[in-house]
Formats: sequence, C-alpha cells, structure tokens
Amino acid sequence: MRLAIRHETHYDYDTPLAYSAQRLHLWPADYTAQKTVSWSISAPGFDRALAYTDGFGNRVHMVTFDNIVGPVSIVAEGVVDVTDTAGVVKGLVCAAPDAVFLRQTRPTTATALLRTLAEKQFAGRSALEGLHSLMTEIHARVAYEIGATHAHTTAAEAFADGRGVCQDHAHIFLAAARSAGIPARYVTGYLVTGMGASSTAAHAWAEALVPDLGWVGFDPANAKSPTDNYVRVAAGLDAAGVAPIRGSRRGGDAERMRVEVRVEIAQQ
Amino acid sequence: MTVVFNEMDGGGGTPREPYAQVADWLKTLSRADVDRALREAEAIFRRQGITFAVYGDDEAAERLIPFDIIPRVFAAAEWRKLSAGIEQRVRALNAFIHDLYHRQDILRAGKIPHEFIIQNEAFVPEMVGVMPARGIYAHIIGIDIVRVAANEFYVLEDNCRTPSGVSYMLEDREAMMYLFPELFAQQRVAPVENYPAMLRQTLESVAPAGCNGEPTVVILTPGIHNSAFFEHAFLADEMGVELCEGGDLFVDGGYLYMRTTQAPKRVDVVYRRIDDAYLDPLTFRHDSAIGVPGIFDVYRAGRVTLVNAPGTGIADDKSIYTYIPDVIEFYTGEKPLLKNVPTWRCSDPQQLAYVLDHLPELVVKEVHGSGGYGMLVGPTSTKKEIEAFRARLKARPRNYIAQPTLALSTVPTFTKSGVAPRHVDLRPFVLSGDKVRVTPGGLTRVALKKGSLVVNSSQGGGTKDTWVLED
Repeated sequence: MRLAIRHETHYDYDTPLAYSAQRLHLWPADYTAQKTVSWSISAPGFDRALAYTDGFGNRVHMVTFDNIVGPVSIVAEGVVDVTDTAGVVKGLVCAAPDAVFLRQTRPTTATALLRTLAEKQFAGRSALEGLHSLMTEIHARVAYEIGATHAHTTAAEAFADGRGVCQDHAHIFLAAARSAGIPARYVTGYLVTGMGASSTAAHAWAEALVPDLGWVGFDPANAKSPTDNYVRVAAGLDAAGVAPIRGSRRGGDAERMRVEVRVEIAQQ
Repeated sequence: MTVVFNEMDGGGGTPREPYAQVADWLKTLSRADVDRALREAEAIFRRQGITFAVYGDDEAAERLIPFDIIPRVFAAAEWRKLSAGIEQRVRALNAFIHDLYHRQDILRAGKIPHEFIIQNEAFVPEMVGVMPARGIYAHIIGIDIVRVAANEFYVLEDNCRTPSGVSYMLEDREAMMYLFPELFAQQRVAPVENYPAMLRQTLESVAPAGCNGEPTVVILTPGIHNSAFFEHAFLADEMGVELCEGGDLFVDGGYLYMRTTQAPKRVDVVYRRIDDAYLDPLTFRHDSAIGVPGIFDVYRAGRVTLVNAPGTGIADDKSIYTYIPDVIEFYTGEKPLLKNVPTWRCSDPQQLAYVLDHLPELVVKEVHGSGGYGMLVGPTSTKKEIEAFRARLKARPRNYIAQPTLALSTVPTFTKSGVAPRHVDLRPFVLSGDKVRVTPGGLTRVALKKGSLVVNSSQGGGTKDTWVLED
C-alpha cells in the first residue's frame, strides 16, 4: 500500500517567542515492511536542524529558532510504501539491547492489577498467544474515549478507570507485557482512518519481542496487529520519550496548539 | 573491638617510616605554635571563601570545614601499589558503563541480574548507544578508600557522578606550604597543585572529534545555592575557563553556545556539576530550570562532550557496588588489586535476617543515599537509634545494604586536649581522558569526634593535607 501523509502542527501565542528548541520525532522508520518514497519536514530553522539517530533507531531532529512573532507551523509530509507482514517487524536497526525494553517507566509501572491481568493472559499460553490475548483483553476492558485521560495518565490509572485513548491502551499493554518478562516498546505512527483530515490519524501502538519471531506489533486500541494501513514513525519506552514534538520556549505566552493529520491511500 | 591501625605509630615509641619527619616536627611544636597555625589557616580559608553548606541545618549557615595541620603520609611504595589498584578499578568502571549502554555483555554473561541494571533509577535509557569521545564516560571519579592495617585497604564506594572535595585537597596543600614551608624543604612531597592543569588537559582531550583548534571548556553549575558552589567557582578560576549557569548556555542550529558580552561562543566541553535529572528539561526532568534545553541532543549527536556523561551513576550505585570485583575481572581479566568491603544486600531475605540480628555491630547505608545521611553506625548508636532504624529497614529492606564496622585507621590530630588519634578515610581523584591520572594522595577526611567513624563534612568531619613521599 502506498500512503500519503501530511502531519501539521500549528502553534499560536499572545506574545512573541523569544526562543524555542523543539525535538521532533517526525521521520518514518525504514525497514522491510516500510519504505519511505519521499519525506520532508518544514519548520522554522529546519535548514540548520540537528539530525541524529538515537539508541532506539529513531531519526530525531532538533530545531531551534528565536524572535518569531505570530504563528509557528511544523509540517511533516511525504509518501511511504507499506507491506502487510501481520505485524512482524524485520530489518529495523535498533542499537538498544532487548532487555532495555523491560524497564518500567513512570506511566508503564505495573501495579498488582496489571500484573494479574498479565498473568491471566500468559498462563498456559505461548508468548505469542498470550500477547494476542492481552491485546484483545485490553481492547475489551478499556473503552476508547477522548478526554477521559490526559498526557500524563499512567497505565494503572487508565486501566482502573476503564477508559482511554490509544496512548493509554499501549501503556497498559507495555506495563503488562514487561511485568511478564516480555520486552515491549511504545510505537508512534499514522493510521488510515478514511477520508479527510483527523487528529486521530496520528496513532500509537505497541511492539513486543516474541521468541523465535522477533518484534511484533500489537494495536490494543483496535485489537489487531498493524497492517499496511499503518505507518511506523518512532519507538521508545513510553509516550513521553517519543512525542512527535517536544519543546521548550521562552516568551510565547498562552500557547495554543492545533494538530491536523491526513493519511490517504495514494495512487501507485 | 579489633585493633585500630595508627598510621604514625611504628610500635615501641618510634614512628612508622613515612611519618619519621612529621613526628620529629611535632615534637618541636608548642601549643602556642599550633594555635597560631590554626588561626592562620582559618584566616586563609576564610579569605579563599572555602565554605560548606550543610543541608538540614536550621541556620543554613555556611561554615568552614575544620582543617587539621598534621599531614597524613604515604610512602612512595605504598602509593604505587594503591595507585595501581585505583587505576585498574577506574578502567574497569568505564568499560562497565560502556558495556551497559551498548551490548550488555556482562548481563548476558549472567554476572549481574539484569533487573538490577534495567530497573535501576541510575540507569539512563537515553544513553543507550552513546559513544562519547575516547569512549570515556566517567572522566572524573573519586574513590573512597579506608585502611585497616599497614597493607590492608578497602574501597568503601566509588563516586562516578560529580565527586566533590578536590578544592579542599588543593587548599589544604596550599595552607600547609604557607604555614610550614620548611617541611616541604626537608623532603619531597609529590605535588598536587597541578591538578587544575591536568583537569583542563583531560577535559580538552575529550573534545568532540569535529572540534578544530583549542576546545572551549566551561563549568556548568546549578548556582550559588549548591553546597559545592565554591568548588565550581574555584576550579573555573584555577583552570581559566568560564563558570556558567544553565541560562548562560543555549542550543542554536545544532551546537551549544555560551552567551558572552560579544558574539555567542561555541562550547565544546561542559564539565557539568548538575545532576543528570536537571541537565536538560527536554530529556530529563521537564521542570528543571537550571539545565539547558536540547543540550542532550547536541551531546547525542557528538557535538559537545558532557563530563561526566549522563548515566554514570549506574556504576556507583550502592546496589551495584557488591558486583564491582566481578566487574573488574570481567573487563580486565585480572584479579582486583583493591578489595571491596564485604557487603550484605538487604533485598535478599537471608542476608536481611543476618543484618537484623547484628545491627549493633554493622554499618547500614541507604542504597541511594550519599553524604553520610540516613545511615546507621551500629557500634556508636544508642539502643533507641538502632530500634528506630530497624523499623525503617524492615519497612523498605531493598533500600539498604550493610557492612561490618571497619576499624578505620587513625592519624594523630590536634584536639582540644592535645594530639590524639582520629579515624580517617581517603578520596583520591582520578582523571580519565588522553590517559588515566591519579592524584598523588587525594582528600583525607578525618572524623574529629573521638571514636567517630563518620568522616563526612556534613557530619562534622574535617580534612588533612595528604602526602605521598617521593623516592
């Protein structure tokens, strides 16, 4: 499948920006199931951006700019070819040893409730079966509801409340899988949702390390493994580590942000 | 109680060889000489501004660290042996940190349970895959060493984050040379005053590969409220480099710059005395107001060197300490030249049971604590203190390790009632860059209270000049 993506983020302020540093995780990964045909980012200062590959294999850009009056826009767009591999991720370069993905971070800390959830899914099952079961169980028990959680909600909180968005579904999956000794990572990307622009086309899911198979994607928000409708961008230990844009600024009071993501099936 | 080794006492009323001259000199000193010297020393330190802020002090008063004029002396041969052990340990620690942030061979080999590393607060996942200049992570390490007999030394702990105290080592020497120049004329004492020059050379030697010409080095301090601010300012001054706070530095176009009265100046090496958590609000604690946004990205891309690297704390974590002898063997293929203190891990139920049964004779420390806070010294604690500590230990056993109470060596020290033995430890400072450099001697800390084994300056410890005699 050939997908065309446009990811716009617009910021507006009441006062001028004196200085801003923004870290971008906006560059799609390249591996067996996914090839970037074309990709570009436009942002203030992008011609002087710092670009590097981090320990998890993500292509990261850091832009800095100062003395800007008026709105700031960061736009990532391009075309990506994706093949359906039933979620199996091959050919991705990641320097991090697998064990690192067992680390419990603040939002992915396993509570007794989450450990029990994991134990039930893995009891008497293979790791692969257990992970599938975990994915469907989370999908069944945590309703997709925008506004019930926020950026810093933990897996434990969202699971106890039974409501959340894709970030919460993924965090719950990671907390449970890691508590069962299975390395798991948080993945950001895009998903074809149909026609038109929508902020929900920016998506998040999880990948877990399955013995003899390697890394496999699981999307508990949709109860399925990623297909050729998914574009993988970045991976890390949790959402905060791979936020598409994370910044720091001086000046620029009363920040307002607007995100628009459009993912369409492109003509071959 | 075991016999305490007095470093000056050679038995039968004669001094041990390295102390021969100091012993003769002491006989010539009258009480009036001593009082005058101590007054002068205090005036020197006040003038230099050497103070130390004690956390938790109601008055929040900065005070002078007490200085004792009787030096602590090592013979050249003693020091060669000790120094070889220190260098071996430091090389192993750097190899260990490199491995933990790359292949983790030591975990694959099963030498350390991986959860001890992976779940450790001091392990910094953002450092995975980072290869700093020359492959060195902990450029400045302070190793705390205690002595229990003529030929028996133990490493109490490694300090791989931002060890402090080197300014006292330098000032103690300066004061001694000013007060008693004749002592240094009579025998050769290895110099320590070139430390700032060696530090600068070390820092310049780890500049990023892309740095052309003379590297620009700065010291990054949390600011004047930090207990070691004096040392930050002192070292910047001695090295002739800028002392910066977070607000003086900024990232622009992928490089780190320092604000100056003229144009911004590119910075190549940052000797940062800020904890990892506060270094970069974009990477670590987002509420840090003392860090530099984006500095970690510039570091990650190899355009600036941070000294020490983030994440080096994993090598000096007290829960990892017990594995360091294995670490040394694993990376050097040699037996450790310096021993660890035998240690019980309270996270292990069996070891905890032993510790709870023997509290009055043990030293119990918090795994993540430092500066002598939150520890129990069994033999010098009251029953009430021990019972209060027992409750804390039982509540959070994973948080503690325990060690036998070592009979720390003593060195004669001036007290109100004359010269008397007081317990000491030693913190040599080790620089790793183009080569490994161990300071000859280091900082000797002395517990001024009779019988006390706690040498931390926050707990009423003082310092002594430390001599390594040259052949």
